[in-house]
Amino acid sequence: MDIKTTLFYIFSTILVLAALRVVTARNPVHAVLFLVLAFFNASGLWLLLQAEFLAIALIVVYVGAVMVLFLFVVMMLDINLERLRRGFWNNLWLGGPIAVLMVVEMVAVLSARSFGLDAMPAPAPTAAGVSNTKALGVAIYTDYVYPFELASVILLVALIAAVAINLRQRRDHKSLDPARQIAVRRNERVRIVSMPVEKE
Amino acid sequence: MINFVMPDLYPASAEIFILVMACVLLLVDLFAGKGRRWLAYLMAQLTLAGCFGITFVTMDGQGVTTFSNMFVDDLFADFLKLALYPAVAIMLVYSRAYLAARNLDRGEFYLLVLFATLGMMVMISASHFVTVYLGLELLALSMYALVAIDRDSVRATEAAMKYFVLGSMASGLLLYGMSMVYGAIGSLEIAEMGQRIALGGGNKTVLVFGLIFVVAGLAFKLGVVPFHMWVPDVYHGAPTAVTLLLGSAPKLAAFAITLRVLVTGLAELAEHWQVMLMILAALSIALGNLAAIAQRNLKRMLAYSAISHMGFMLLGVLSGIVGGDPRFTLNAYSSAMFYAIAYVLMSLGAFGMILLLSRAGFEAEEIDDFRGLNRRSPWFAAIMMILMFSMAGVPFFVGFFAKFAVLQAVVAANQIWLAVFAVLFSLIGAFYYLRVVKVMYFDAPTDTAPLEAPRDMRILLSVNGLAVAFLGLLPEGVLKYAIYATYTFLLGS
Repeated sequence: MDIKTTLFYIFSTILVLAALRVVTARNPVHAVLFLVLAFFNASGLWLLLQAEFLAIALIVVYVGAVMVLFLFVVMMLDINLERLRRGFWNNLWLGGPIAVLMVVEMVAVLSARSFGLDAMPAPAPTAAGVSNTKALGVAIYTDYVYPFELASVILLVALIAAVAINLRQRRDHKSLDPARQIAVRRNERVRIVSMPVEKE
Repeated sequence: MINFVMPDLYPASAEIFILVMACVLLLVDLFAGKGRRWLAYLMAQLTLAGCFGITFVTMDGQGVTTFSNMFVDDLFADFLKLALYPAVAIMLVYSRAYLAARNLDRGEFYLLVLFATLGMMVMISASHFVTVYLGLELLALSMYALVAIDRDSVRATEAAMKYFVLGSMASGLLLYGMSMVYGAIGSLEIAEMGQRIALGGGNKTVLVFGLIFVVAGLAFKLGVVPFHMWVPDVYHGAPTAVTLLLGSAPKLAAFAITLRVLVTGLAELAEHWQVMLMILAALSIALGNLAAIAQRNLKRMLAYSAISHMGFMLLGVLSGIVGGDPRFTLNAYSSAMFYAIAYVLMSLGAFGMILLLSRAGFEAEEIDDFRGLNRRSPWFAAIMMILMFSMAGVPFFVGFFAKFAVLQAVVAANQIWLAVFAVLFSLIGAFYYLRVVKVMYFDAPTDTAPLEAPRDMRILLSVNGLAVAFLGLLPEGVLKYAIYATYTFLLGS
């Protein structure tokens, strides 16, 4: 086994184990951290495939920004895992066998017979000096400009949706509006009641 | 060093127009005060009218692709888009008073509707797996937000959550299937994929494996059994105006991508996906019609009825490629297209009736709320009766004709037992539609408040109901265009 194959197996093993732990970890913070580990290993696999830009982007964007935000959210929410896990054992008798069956079938189909080296020959090595970052940039802004724009529209919709669902004017806030304070009139605040004089 | 050829923007001018107008609306809404909410409504309506005009003017006989073959503008797309804009516009008219009474008629609502429309347009014109997926996500994301837009309603939030989680899973399935197909064939472009498979390219096992996931994802978006779990809960929980949108126009877009992916792209695998669609369609027709009987809530009942109608539409799609006789293919797909359009028209009317009877603080969503409608408003009771008869497939309304055309295609494809099965379950289904009619005409009203709906909605709803009756008598006009659009679609694929 050459060094690349060895690295591939190391990365893949850790990736699969980390992904398993994401679903099985009891503590949600641990689950998020295992997801970060999974991302690191996936990015290692991409590096082996010479997709340097994607590998770095995965770490910068997902690990650096998305997952950190995710971690904050998970830490802020008080998630009751016991409640989430209720019903797990009740449904296992049905879900478990189906899952096992699907995994067996998928392994049968996606085996080396369909995706082995003779079915999928390795691509010709790229010439030295070809930058795949540059190639990616050129492709995105020329051939893929339409999906690129659509993706930006999707992000805009996400922004609008977040504002539409979450931004609300609070009615119970305690701040005072000076303009309204100045504009106040006497008869809005004081009511003069005429009543007969009373003796003690 | 970049060989950049400016893409031809002309075929996509309607999409560009709606995007620009949505961005303008975003800015206008920022500066328009609370008292100018009609402005957003008006702009949304004008945008849809503008899109209609642009699509109509730029429509020509031959299919054009642009943006490196990721966008296709053929008659099939134009025809579906010309049906899509009025559907969205009618939905806006129907829901205006309902939204205003619930303080939901904010600019964001109209924005999200416009973006959802853009998503559907992208789906209809998609000729590349990436654009299919992005259009789908644009539509889905806007719909998730629209379902949740009544943020103080616990039921709506729950529905949005279910829709979001299950919808994301469906997108995942679809994406996984697409990646498998790509892995086998090495192209994401739908037309080229079809050619490569026809030339014997690709590992068949992997292709079928990917196909299963693609069909599952599509079935989820269409809402057919066994991927239907979200439909009743989301239809029930969402504000009725959003249910109206959810239950109408997206069916056209889902139909378009189903046809493009399965017929243009994966036609060589037809023997596999025909069986899958057959199971989906039979289960949907059976379960949709049986489960609808047990519903007391009209929105849930219409949701189950939507499941059975989508099953019926799939019957048309699956009886397309049999023995390679092109005449049957044309008939089958155009009947499915006619079914989709007829269903959208009926669904708009039926949910429109719920909106008509609702008012501030009251949702007329139980079947019992329609009690004695004949005594409150004989005219709208008659309209509702037309809609229910049409959905049940009573001659001679448009629903009957749509069912008839699909069944004709199924029989032509030699699937007699499937046609008999569909007819039997339609008969069972007639029970719950007729129950609504019975409640309207023979029961005493429990709710005696006068109808408050604005005049434009009353007129449009009447026209909608009459159109359902009229198209049943004279379906040739629409059917002719459906056949013509399908014909050019098949020429292109």
